[in-house]
Amino acid sequence: MKLIAQRLALGILLLLAVSVLIFVGTELLPGDVAQAILGQTATPEALANLRAELGLNDPSYVRYFDWLGGVLTGDLGTALSNGQNISEALGKRLSNTLFLAMWAAIISVPIAILLGLVAVQHRNGFIDKLISATTLTSISLPEFFIGYLLVYFIAVELQWFPSVSTVYDGMGFADRMSAIALPCATLTLVVLAHMMRMTRAAILNVMQSAYIETAELKGLSPFRIILRHAFPNAIAPIVNVVMLNLAFLVVGVVVVEVIFVYPGMGQYLVDHVSKRDIPVVQACGMIFAAVYISLNIVADIVAIIANPRLRHPK
Amino acid sequence: MSDELKYLSDRVVRGLMDRRAFMGRAAALGAGATLAGSMLSSAAFAAGPQKGGILKAGMVGGESTNSLDPATFASQVPFAFGHSWGDTLVETSPTGGVVNRLAEEISATADARVWTFKIRSGVTFHNGKTLTAADVVATLQRHSGEETKSGALGIMRGIETISQDGNNVVVALKNPNADLPYLMADYHLIIQPNGGMDAPDAGIGTGPYKVVVNEPGVRYVGERFADYWDAPNRGHADQIEIIVINDATARTAALQGGQVHIINRVEPKIVDLVKRVPGVTIQNVGGRGHYVFIMHCNTAPFDNNDLRLALKYAMDRGQMVDKILRGYGSIGNDMPINAAYPLFDEGIEQRTYDPDKAKFHFKKSGHDGPVLLRTSDVAFPGAVDASQLFQESCQKAGITLEIKREPGDGYWSEVWNKQPFCTSYWGGRPTQDQMYSTAYLSSADWNDTRFFNERFDKLLLEARAELDLAKRKELYSAMGTIVRDEGGLITPMFNDFIDAVSDKVGGYKVDPGAELMNGMALSKTWLA
Repeated sequence: MKLIAQRLALGILLLLAVSVLIFVGTELLPGDVAQAILGQTATPEALANLRAELGLNDPSYVRYFDWLGGVLTGDLGTALSNGQNISEALGKRLSNTLFLAMWAAIISVPIAILLGLVAVQHRNGFIDKLISATTLTSISLPEFFIGYLLVYFIAVELQWFPSVSTVYDGMGFADRMSAIALPCATLTLVVLAHMMRMTRAAILNVMQSAYIETAELKGLSPFRIILRHAFPNAIAPIVNVVMLNLAFLVVGVVVVEVIFVYPGMGQYLVDHVSKRDIPVVQACGMIFAAVYISLNIVADIVAIIANPRLRHPK
Repeated sequence: MSDELKYLSDRVVRGLMDRRAFMGRAAALGAGATLAGSMLSSAAFAAGPQKGGILKAGMVGGESTNSLDPATFASQVPFAFGHSWGDTLVETSPTGGVVNRLAEEISATADARVWTFKIRSGVTFHNGKTLTAADVVATLQRHSGEETKSGALGIMRGIETISQDGNNVVVALKNPNADLPYLMADYHLIIQPNGGMDAPDAGIGTGPYKVVVNEPGVRYVGERFADYWDAPNRGHADQIEIIVINDATARTAALQGGQVHIINRVEPKIVDLVKRVPGVTIQNVGGRGHYVFIMHCNTAPFDNNDLRLALKYAMDRGQMVDKILRGYGSIGNDMPINAAYPLFDEGIEQRTYDPDKAKFHFKKSGHDGPVLLRTSDVAFPGAVDASQLFQESCQKAGITLEIKREPGDGYWSEVWNKQPFCTSYWGGRPTQDQMYSTAYLSSADWNDTRFFNERFDKLLLEARAELDLAKRKELYSAMGTIVRDEGGLITPMFNDFIDAVSDKVGGYKVDPGAELMNGMALSKTWLA
C-alpha cells in the first residue's frame, strides 16, 4: 500500500515538474503572442492593448501560478485565436482520441498477447517465425504508408469503409465504428509487433526457470504451463510495454489523424502551435503528460500487485 | 454514337437510369470516361437546378483555430463557408463585372467620390430580423476604424464616412475611387445583423444556408434557409457540408470513394491521374493568383535596378509553368496583373528568358558573388523545386544563386516581408487598383517589394479617379510597365485554380475570381 501511495505522490510531483517545463518551453517559443494573433497589420496601440488584456506584462512566475491555479480547478482558459473555451473544445477532441485509442487497444492488446503466447508455444518453429515476420513487417512500414495502402485498397477499390473518418456528435454507433475502422486497423498494425515481441521475450525468459521444468515433469500440457505458470510471472514487463503502446495510441497519432481526417487531439495541437496559441498548447501538453504519467503509474501498480515480493515487503 | 450518349445522359438526369449503369453503357459505346463524364454534367446542367440532397465538399484550408467572425477569415474553408451563410452587397461575376446582391442599385456622384447603395428590401436574416440599411452601415463600420482586426481594413481605409439615408447607405470616400463596388465584394464584408457588433462569430447572415454545425478545422454543416431571398438561384441542396481534409491524398481518396462531391486544390502533379477516375471532372480556371520571387528594392544588392533586371531576365518562365504547374497556369510578366483582370493591356511586351541580357545587366550592376534566395515549401506548392530550377537558369547566365531553405513554421512572420529576397505567392484581387494598392503603392500595408516610386503612386491615384475606361486602361498599362521594368517583383507564373467535381453535381461553372466558383459552389450547384 505504502509503495502504491509513494508511486502516486511521485506521479503528481512529476506532473508539477512537467507543468513548469511546459510553461517555460512555451515562453521560449519565438515570436510575440500578441503579434501572432493580430497579424502583420497590427498597430502598436492594438498590440499594447492586447498584451495588457492577456496579462503578458506580468512577471512570468505570476502568470505561471495563475495558469496552474486555473488548470487545477479545471479552467484551461480560452483560445487566443478564436476565443473558444479550451476545456470544451479540447474535451471533444480528447474524447475522440480516447475513443480511437480505446478501440485500437481493445483489438490490438489481446491479439498481441495471444500471438505472443502462440509464438512461445511454437518457439523457433514455422508459426513463430511467421508471426514475427508479419508483425515486424507491419511495424517497419511507416504508418502513413500503411494508412495509404488501406485507403487505396479498402476505401477506394473495395469501398468497404470510408477513407474520411470524421466523427461527430449524434453519429450512430455503427456509423462511428465504420468511420474509425481504417485508422483503428492502421494503429493496430503499428503497435502489434512491439507488444507481441515483448510478450514472447518475457515469457521465454520465465520459461528458463526451474519451476517450469518441474511443471513440465509433472506432465502439464505446454499451453497450460505458459498460461498458468509462466504468464503471471511475465506480467510486469508485458504490462509495461502495453502501457507504453497505449500512451503512444493517445499522444502519437498525429500522422494517422491527418491521413484519415480524424478530429483528434494531434491535429488540434498542431494547428494551435502554428498560431502560437499558447494556452491551448499548454493545455494539450499537460493532458499528454498526464496520460503518459498515469499510464506508467498504472503499469507500476500492476507490477507491484503481480509480484508477491513487492506486495509484501519486509 | 453521341446521340445515344445524349439520350442516355438525359435518362440519368431524369432519374431513369443510375450513374453506374450510364457509365457502363457509355463504355460499351466506346466513349472514354472523360467524355461520358462531361456529357453527364452538361446534361445535368441543361436540366436546370434540382432541389434536395446533401452536397458535400472536402477542402484544404481549415484549421481548428478558425472562427465564424468574417473579419478573421483568411483561409479557404471559412471563405467558402462564409459564402454559404452570408451575402455581401455585391459580387464579382466570372466575366469580371459587378453583380448586385444585397445592394439593389448603386449610384455615384460624377467624381466617383460619394457612392449610394440602395439596400434590397424583403431580405431576412437567419434569426428572423429584417435586413435594414442600418445593418449594412454597422457592418462596414465594424470592418473600418483603426481598432478593427478585420482582414478588410486595408480596403476600407479610403472611406471617410458611412451613413444611412432611409433605405440607402451612403459611402463618402477620401479620394475618388471608380472601383468602390468591387471593394464591397470582398469576402470579409458579409452583412450581419447590427454589423455583428453584438456577436461577431454567431454565423447569422442572409445566405442560403443556416449554420447548423460549426466545428473549426473538422466539419461545417449548413441547412437550407426557408426564407432565403434568392431561392430560385441558390441553395438547391437541402444541406451542405464541408469536411476539412488538409491532406491532398486523403482529399482525392474521399472524392474517389464518393464521400464528398467537390474538392479544392488538386495538385498539378496528380491532375492527369484524377482525370482518369471515372465519374470525376477536373474544373480548372486561370485566375489572378500568382507565384512570385520578391526583392526589396531598397536593400543591397537589390537596390540596383540592373541586378533586378538581371534576375528577371534569368527566369525561364515557360519552364516554370511546365515543371512546377504541369501546364496548369500561364506565364507571368513581372507584374502582378494578367488577362484575368479587367482593363488589362495585352500589348505590354512579354519578357522572356534571355541569359545574354541577364549576363549584361548583372555585369553592369557591378555586383560580385552569389545572390541569396530564401524559400520554403509553404511559399507556394513546389517553391523549393522552383527555386532550384531558377538556380539552374541563373547559372547559365553566370549568376550564382544560393538557396536557403527556411522552416515553414514562421515563414510568413520571419522571412516574407522581412528578408530582401524570398519566394511567396499572391491570391490576386478583383481589380488592378486593389492589387496595386495592396502591395505596390509606397504606403501600402504589404509593400513586400519595398517599391517606392512617386510616378507610380501618382498614376495610381489618377487612375482611381478616372471614369473613362479607355484612359484608365492606358494609365494601368503605364503602371504595369513601371513595375515590370523597375519593380522588385519576378512573376514567373499565374497558377490555375484546380477543383475536381463529381458528375453527380450539376451547375458547375468556373470563376477566375477564386477556387470553387469563387467560393459559391456549394450554394450555386445542385445534386443531379
